[in-house]
Amino acid sequence: MADAESPSQTAGPYVHIGLTPNFTGITGVYPEDLGAVMCGDAALGERITLEGQIFDGAGDVLRDAVVEIWQADAAGNLPPSDPDFRGWGRCASDLKTGIFRFDTVRPGVATTADGDNHAPHIILWIVARGINIGLQTRCYFPDAAQANATDPVFSAVPPDRQPRLLARHQDGVWRFDIHLQGPEETPFFDL
Amino acid sequence: MSAALPPRDRDWHPPALAPDYKSSRLRAPTQKLLRLPSTISEETGPVFGHDTLGPLDADLITNFAASGEMALGPRRCIRGTVRDQNGRPVAGVLVEVWQANAAGRYRHVNEGYLAPLDPNFGGCGRMITDAEGAYQFMTVQPAAYPWPNAPNAWRPAHIHFSLSGPAFGQRLITQMYFEGDPLIPLCPIVQAIPSGKAVEQLVARLDMPHSESMDYLTYRFDITLRGGVQTPFENKMEGM
Ligand SMILES: [Fe+2]
Repeated sequence: MADAESPSQTAGPYVHIGLTPNFTGITGVYPEDLGAVMCGDAALGERITLEGQIFDGAGDVLRDAVVEIWQADAAGNLPPSDPDFRGWGRCASDLKTGIFRFDTVRPGVATTADGDNHAPHIILWIVARGINIGLQTRCYFPDAAQANATDPVFSAVPPDRQPRLLARHQDGVWRFDIHLQGPEETPFFDL
Repeated sequence: MSAALPPRDRDWHPPALAPDYKSSRLRAPTQKLLRLPSTISEETGPVFGHDTLGPLDADLITNFAASGEMALGPRRCIRGTVRDQNGRPVAGVLVEVWQANAAGRYRHVNEGYLAPLDPNFGGCGRMITDAEGAYQFMTVQPAAYPWPNAPNAWRPAHIHFSLSGPAFGQRLITQMYFEGDPLIPLCPIVQAIPSGKAVEQLVARLDMPHSESMDYLTYRFDITLRGGVQTPFENKMEGM
């Protein structure tokens, strides 16, 4: 009989103290916040910036969230095999604008042992006050429509909601906004 | 090189919407989560080496304090084991903790409680579980604190925990409470958890055998991460 997973609790409004202490002015404990830098100078592939905001059901921007991402390297390896690429990042929403931002590489197609092709995608995990259990979604790229169509996750999303999983290329960055509620509600996964 | 993750028991975790916890009302997704089998993206995750850690990372009493000084408050040791759902220890888990000080005040720009900051207490710590899945840190007892959810609303004393296991799909944030705290049954964040048995999993127990005479009291807090259910691929995972 399997044991039960420990139940989740909200990260609360002061999540930064634990996850990004330097960001909230607690300096001198850790030399830097974990996950702030994803790429070394020699990271392979196309450098991209992924940024976005998270909106609540009233349309207000969350300014107290923390977002983590996990992704393949440019060659599609999961975990990444590029020694100059971490694959993992962590970023607090800006305290004023609510913008989160990751400087990363564009992920490649991940082919698994079972022969599945996974379209280039980035997993996002979102925690904040008012979120009782971390929310997981995925960012895909609109210029990879063919790969997306056969991706086992993207293709399982109802077609009318698939556009919410696509980043928009805008002013040189990939923009991925997250809507927690409302007509544009982002699909969240239980994977 | 990865093992399928069992689906989360969503009836064991708090639901996204817990109306008595007001902040959840506008932040809870309204549509059902899309449940699918895990993929390589959830079954893999970043590795955190012990070289990530500094010598004082697991000592909240001194890691922010001026040289030769210590945080104020009752001295505590918190220790436990991280296991998977098969009861097997999980090594290499990054455990990050944060908490209010002994007066119930957080060191944070958005914090407004009138209780004082402790100049020697930052409130963060981290460790990585050893080969037996064990972790341990030193801190001071955090106080209960009021919050604006409702008039006269108080959080039970707690320590926030973040766990990064070997698979990103195991990612978990939770809170640890202290045995016997009368505020536990009054807290809408705790009570968002549907079952009393699940709440018990988050209540640390006084551990006298591991307490230190004339020094500190120890509380034991074991954590179970998602995963470890037997699968046909299980044998290949052994020894990884
Ligand atoms: Fe708290």
